[in-house]
Amino acid sequence: MTRRGAREGLLGWALVFPALALVGLFTLWPLVQAGISSLYRNDLSTTVPQFIGFGNYKALLGDRVFWKALCNNLVFALATVVLSMAIALCFALLAHHARSGLKPSLQLAWFLPTVIPMVAAANIWLFIYTPSYGLLDGTLKAIVDPVAGLVGLPGYKDGNWLGNPTSVMPSLIAMYVWKEAGYFMLFFLVGLERIDRQYYEAARLDGAGNWTVFRRITAPLLMPTALFVLIISCTTAFKTVDHLVIMTQGGPDNASNLLLYYTYQTAFSFWDIGKASALTVCLLALLSVLIALNLRYFDRRIHYSD
Amino acid sequence: MKNGNKVFLTIVSCAIGLLWVVPYVWIIVTSVALRPDAAHPFARLGIDHFSDVLSQAPFGIYFLNSLVIVAGVLFLQCVTTTLAAYAVARLKFWGRDFVFLLLLCQIAIPNDILLVPNYLTVSKLRLTNSLLGIMVPFFASGFGIFLLRQTFKSIPRDFEEAAEIDGAGLLRKLAYVYLPMSKPAYAAFGLASVCAHWNDFLWPLIVTNSDRVRPMTVGLAMFATSFETGARWGDVAAATILVTLPLVLLFAVFQKRFVESLSFSSGIK
Repeated sequence: MTRRGAREGLLGWALVFPALALVGLFTLWPLVQAGISSLYRNDLSTTVPQFIGFGNYKALLGDRVFWKALCNNLVFALATVVLSMAIALCFALLAHHARSGLKPSLQLAWFLPTVIPMVAAANIWLFIYTPSYGLLDGTLKAIVDPVAGLVGLPGYKDGNWLGNPTSVMPSLIAMYVWKEAGYFMLFFLVGLERIDRQYYEAARLDGAGNWTVFRRITAPLLMPTALFVLIISCTTAFKTVDHLVIMTQGGPDNASNLLLYYTYQTAFSFWDIGKASALTVCLLALLSVLIALNLRYFDRRIHYSD
Repeated sequence: MKNGNKVFLTIVSCAIGLLWVVPYVWIIVTSVALRPDAAHPFARLGIDHFSDVLSQAPFGIYFLNSLVIVAGVLFLQCVTTTLAAYAVARLKFWGRDFVFLLLLCQIAIPNDILLVPNYLTVSKLRLTNSLLGIMVPFFASGFGIFLLRQTFKSIPRDFEEAAEIDGAGLLRKLAYVYLPMSKPAYAAFGLASVCAHWNDFLWPLIVTNSDRVRPMTVGLAMFATSFETGARWGDVAAATILVTLPLVLLFAVFQKRFVESLSFSSGIK
């Protein structure tokens, strides 16, 4: 290697070092650290962590709450991904075709929820779901009661939206979709704007209807965007639990518990670091496909642009 | 599209748009509506809830903490990210592609999931219950490096070479060539970073245990969960607005940049 090459190499390493050290310490090392500490018993009853092999994982297999949180999380992910992507696509199409004067207002209304902290959104929706005094019960009562009175049925019975094991998940899903749909809408909007107008003009000349244009032009050309949004929305559904701290604490009877929240509870309410580490490893394993796809996405973009 | 269709779609859009705004309107109304009491027999509007919140909880301190966290993270991210992005964009060195891939891992692996091992690390560094402890995991940004690398690569080498002929060293080249020519990328990255760290909740919740270092989001959660549900609606609504307002203002001013920030991150620019 020439002297200049050696100097450049040294400089390169020196420049990436701070970033690499930080990413190493807080993103890469934790993967190893979680793996190691998941093999130890480390809770309030042990003064020194004690090696127990796969004991923590065995404990998880027999842990009812773990399975409950896993099932909840899969349901939550499936419902929020499907709903928020579908709604986001509709929003993007509506905003894209709206009058130019209306477009910014629509974007603002739909995107604003994604700007505010999840904790704030959770507070707002806590008010909405409050039994009998909340916005939801108030509105339903105002609609149902007059109709029921007219036909002689009993009036509206207040819903215990967050306190009932069957309604708590749908309620949280609705809140989450309200918050996230606008974010994904922007990706679709960017995707729509990138489609060449010539395709549409050509289709019009051929006399294609709206549905055909969407199915044959818009949908296929939006596919890459949709895949990216799919990866992001799946990942987000497993990493967002802020709202549980405010709204349900995972209750009632773990009906709304999610994996990351259970990890948080295990580590910082029950102080069982070993089991919490095992939970972290499970979560990472569950997300590994998404993580790999995400990494591949960015990696491929580098090679395209180079 | 037919005219009737267009009108119909406009109505539908407006209706859904309004539906999406209802929660905001509701919280704003709740925060300024005062219950009737002995002195005022009728419900009225006022800012009493806001003054109550400020007198009951140290939201001033929370606000400053959030500000320090957001600014500190952004500043250090800009430094580490600019240096690393320049290296992977312009220099040839052994292991470069592998290093870049490792840095990209930070985008793919969501940090929130690593909170248990990161807590162990931060407590080993004796940084729990400090602002530095809240900030330190975010001092580098894989996304920032990715974004800036793409931008730096698009800048013609001629500019850099001209600066070299004028005797500029590395830092001068970065400050006078690369930085000014990548302003949109920095703006996009900055907005995303500010938004993310203002809103971050679970990590600061775990790392802190005193008001002295708590950010706005954690302060709000503490405040909101300290009452029986519904007991102090007006106050909690006011606190929620205080926490939300800075970002809503930021968004109102930079709406276009937000959209740009996303097009940077999603598409081949």
